[in-house]
Amino acid sequence: MTAVLELDHVSKRFGGLQAVRDLSFTVREGEILGLIGPNGAGKSTLFNLINGVYAPNSGRIAFYGIDITGAKPHVIARHGLARTHQIVQPLINMTVLENCAVGGCFGRENLPLSLAHQAAREAIAVAGLEDRMETLALHLTIAAKKRLELARALAAQPKLLLLDEVLAGLNPTEVEHMIGVIRRIRDRGVTILIIEHLMQAIMSLSDRIVVLNFGEKLAEGLPAEVAAHPQVVEAYLGDPKLAAELEGNA
Amino acid sequence: MVRRPFFWIIALVVAVFALVPAIGNDVELRESLALAAVYITLASNLNLMLGYAGYINFGSIVFFGLGGYICIWLVDANGWSLALSLLGAGIGVSALSLVFGFGILRLRGPFFALSTIGIVEGVQAFAENFGPWGGSSGIYISPQVFLPLGGAARALWLIYFMLVAAMAASLYLSYAIKVSKFGLGLIAIGQNEDAAAILGVPTSRYKALAYSASAFLPAITGGLYFFKGAFIQPSDAFDLTLSTEAIVICMLGGQGTVTGVALGAYLYEELRGYLLTTATFSNFQLVIAGALLLIIVLFFPSGLMGWIYSRFPRMKRVLE
Repeated sequence: MTAVLELDHVSKRFGGLQAVRDLSFTVREGEILGLIGPNGAGKSTLFNLINGVYAPNSGRIAFYGIDITGAKPHVIARHGLARTHQIVQPLINMTVLENCAVGGCFGRENLPLSLAHQAAREAIAVAGLEDRMETLALHLTIAAKKRLELARALAAQPKLLLLDEVLAGLNPTEVEHMIGVIRRIRDRGVTILIIEHLMQAIMSLSDRIVVLNFGEKLAEGLPAEVAAHPQVVEAYLGDPKLAAELEGNA
Repeated sequence: MVRRPFFWIIALVVAVFALVPAIGNDVELRESLALAAVYITLASNLNLMLGYAGYINFGSIVFFGLGGYICIWLVDANGWSLALSLLGAGIGVSALSLVFGFGILRLRGPFFALSTIGIVEGVQAFAENFGPWGGSSGIYISPQVFLPLGGAARALWLIYFMLVAAMAASLYLSYAIKVSKFGLGLIAIGQNEDAAAILGVPTSRYKALAYSASAFLPAITGGLYFFKGAFIQPSDAFDLTLSTEAIVICMLGGQGTVTGVALGAYLYEELRGYLLTTATFSNFQLVIAGALLLIIVLFFPSGLMGWIYSRFPRMKRVLE
């Protein structure tokens, strides 16, 4: 299977804080790879390393075999890698359509304006925002802003999509809708790397899961394997043996 | 672009500027409109940085002054024709801006704004100390240079038409950029530069190009303006007042709009002309400009066009 993204011993340090340590894994074409870990595990930093906001201190990142380590964000976007933000970053005084047209214009295809509008309309339809096409991003609800993030990334017609907590802050109905959208995107042939805290959602969405803790890879595997992994359980819930001991004593 | 009504609205405005004073041979009106054309050119080009890319350039006057110096120097010391000197001024200042742009546009927000003031001060100090440009006493050109243009009276009309042409070019440039992919990228930068970069907008290149593009027509206008007066000196060429006025105009009309900035420039020039002739205060327009800026920033942050758009939403499609 083709490797879309390869991380090879990637490390990033901020002063005394080792945010990502010697991390290696591969994203395969067509899969949804879930990235989980407790708060501060380095998930968002990892996204910022992949799409060029930060350059790693050491290690190598390759996208379809091309070395993109330390490249500028706009160059990486042009290769066909798009992302959404945990804290939404809409272009507030532009309409939904214009926001997505920016994605289309400067994304993988480097489309001229009229074709970018077409790509934007399609992406907006996939994200379910058709009725807000001419609304200023400023006036959207938080759920709609999250969908806008997704639509805008999609309009770039990426090969790999990085989703950073697109489900956070949504109510159960909205979560369900968004999961449907993510599945539809994958069915269109886009590989997805997703960070999510909502366990139920990520367990059902992901083909495989990588677990981070303190910037290091703790486990990697199928959702069921990872969920049963003792170290993962410990990272999230504390030491299970300790719990068992306490129960035994009780 | 040609099929849109706004293209023809600009053409109509330009025709009025060119024809009305010429038909009545009204020299007084011509001088007033010449100044309005200068303001419209300066403000429209400033708008490319301020209104589109969201970068406050306090030093837009440096394009005007430096263009003036280069043009006058080429005409006076090198014997170039006016047309060639203007072109030389435009290209020279644009090229310099491109180089400086890549440097200072690494800065953002207030740091960028401060650096643009630094550039004005630096260039002014250069002009004051540069021998071939006459140092602090500047350059006088002899009235002889008007002869190839058919004498002073005809030359003044010719210069006026060229100022109007530069204004027309500025308006069309603003409009063309606004409806282009380049403009979309600039406006995205103005909204959220980091998000724009992640979406793939080549931010450094776009900002430097916009900065350089915004220098070309002001430089030519500076050349025309100082050629018309046959005299240039550093304190006139690099007067920060005009920079500030250009910012007030953009805010007054509605930054990021083509119509608003042009309308703001015209209204401001009229107001300024009225206040200058009241004679109670000299430069009283600056007091008004300050008060105006405060009122706009506090109560009408989107300016005249913001108000028009909110009252008549359909106007958004007609007046860019």
